[in-house]
Amino acid sequence: MAQHNIKLKDLTKIFSLGLLGKKRIVAVDRVNLEIKSGEILGVLGESGCGKTTMARMILRLLRPTSGKIFFDNIDVWGLKKWSEIREYYKNVQGIFQDPYASFNPRRRVLDSLYDTMRFLPDIAHDISKSREYLREILNSVGLKLEELENKYPHQLSGGQLQRVAIARALIPHPIFIVADEPVSMVDASTRIDILNIFIDLKQEYGVSPVIIGHDYSLAYYVSDRIVVLYRGQIVEEGSPEVLEDPAHPYTKLLKESVPLINRKWSKKFKPNIVAYDATVRGKGCIFAHRCPFRKPVCIEKEPPIVSLGRSKVRCWLYATN
Amino acid sequence: MDMILELDDYRVYYKTLSGYVKAVDGVNLSVAEHEIIGLIGESGCGKSTLALSLALPKPPMKIMGGKANFLGIDLTRIPWKKRREILLSKLSIIPQYALDSLPVIKKIRDFLRDIARDKGVDEEKVFERFKERINFIGLPREVIDMYPIELSGGMRQRVVIALATLFSPALLIADEPTSALDVTTQRHVLELFSELRDNNIVGSIIFVTHDIASVRQIADKLAVMYAGKVVEYGDLEEVIREPLHPYTRGLIKAVPTLGINYKKKRLKGLAGSPPSLLNPPPGCRFAPRCPYAREECRINDPPTIVLDGYRTVKCWLYTRR
Repeated sequence: MAQHNIKLKDLTKIFSLGLLGKKRIVAVDRVNLEIKSGEILGVLGESGCGKTTMARMILRLLRPTSGKIFFDNIDVWGLKKWSEIREYYKNVQGIFQDPYASFNPRRRVLDSLYDTMRFLPDIAHDISKSREYLREILNSVGLKLEELENKYPHQLSGGQLQRVAIARALIPHPIFIVADEPVSMVDASTRIDILNIFIDLKQEYGVSPVIIGHDYSLAYYVSDRIVVLYRGQIVEEGSPEVLEDPAHPYTKLLKESVPLINRKWSKKFKPNIVAYDATVRGKGCIFAHRCPFRKPVCIEKEPPIVSLGRSKVRCWLYATN
Repeated sequence: MDMILELDDYRVYYKTLSGYVKAVDGVNLSVAEHEIIGLIGESGCGKSTLALSLALPKPPMKIMGGKANFLGIDLTRIPWKKRREILLSKLSIIPQYALDSLPVIKKIRDFLRDIARDKGVDEEKVFERFKERINFIGLPREVIDMYPIELSGGMRQRVVIALATLFSPALLIADEPTSALDVTTQRHVLELFSELRDNNIVGSIIFVTHDIASVRQIADKLAVMYAGKVVEYGDLEEVIREPLHPYTRGLIKAVPTLGINYKKKRLKGLAGSPPSLLNPPPGCRFAPRCPYAREECRINDPPTIVLDGYRTVKCWLYTRR
């Protein structure tokens, strides 16, 4: 299978706030990342870390302040013609957190799916061919075409509708699917099945999912590679095993704070939860204000990205001078 | 041990144009003094209805029968005036999304004034009590003169906790108090609940959530709800170590934990979705999704079986014949 990739190069998004736009929030801060086809990339981060902003920029829904996104070396935000943009969306599709907000509530879900069939003009003009095509796609996400017949979005459960959203994203047979918190609104008992769909998509259909989420153990379960975001920067990157024994102090804090069903928290550890002002950024490490291992250099200078064999960490603790 | 709340065949329905939605349908549950009980279930299982109906039953919610004995008062038939008296002082509730429901144009101090007037207590006393609470909770004293929007989500939720525990209630009902919070804040707030109990600021706590991993960290007892009924109840550790009801088993198996990646082990969720509570199936409500369902499960509602002491399970598998 041919290799494809999405490359983020110094990708930055700054939101301006306040009366004259004087306050600035750096949502995504000079992110460099290569997303390769053939793997499931998990993006892990708490709210406000910029994970959704990043997804929206990749999906061409939000223009970056600076930096570039390349899909197979084509500048995604440099595309001008509608036909080129359409070609891009054929290859890169998105799924969002709230499936009910992703469908027109006044249309039957199957009609919404037929709309997306216009990506495939050869099939779309033939109603029975389209129906067969949809039936197959719905099967691959564990749904039957018949059970959706004449149904409106509100008549389906969150899990079912999220499956329909995945099916819709699959229609053009994309290379990448960027899924932003795809299971956070799905019930615990069915969550894992939705994640399994993404795994099957990779293994059986060659679709490469990018799964963005805040859940530590779900990210561990579903990913081939993991990126941990904090305040717009990638602080740690590596195989999922990194989450078991993280190197970056922020990832360590996350690991200690996450509730796990097979572990009771130790009484000794107290998470440091100082609130921070998102509009203020020092010149040093973005985590320095909460970091228990802080050194003077952490406040003064931005940490380098250090390779530790199995992972890359943005932290002064591991820098060798 | 003394029971602080005893529900006996407790029923709460919603009146709709097409009939009654049987959200809570014959629940038997006891809460002992000084204990934290976790009430878990999927969305739509009736857990929030159960929680809310005890403190603030409002139309279209209708208490249809049974008893709810709270410190010698039957909550199902107490007049509104009397209910107002015990609210906050004896029985307190943190409803879902309470952190977003604080008055927007009022400082916390003004809100406290309202509470003082409503309860007929001296303002200064309430301010003092609030300061004590926020001191315990770990918030700065200045919070009292701030507007809710000036506070972060985690801080707001802690203000809500301080408000709900002002008068040291004998029972605190908390509905999903941590689901809107970040992982690190979540841990802090969860541990706060056990500290409030350990320091006798509140008596007992009913902790309603969908997240079995977080309730695992703080609760003593666990009650599992499915489609309006409590299907399993027991010591939290016991239920998690050896779940008896097929639903609880499936639920626990579907929750990933750190160290399980799909390449090592594929997890499976529960197939199907919960029944409509407008017209629930005649037999066991879990039967359509149950891998062990037999003929009688589909016809007759299973009895609640008491095993060694107080552990209960509502399933035909455990009847002796």
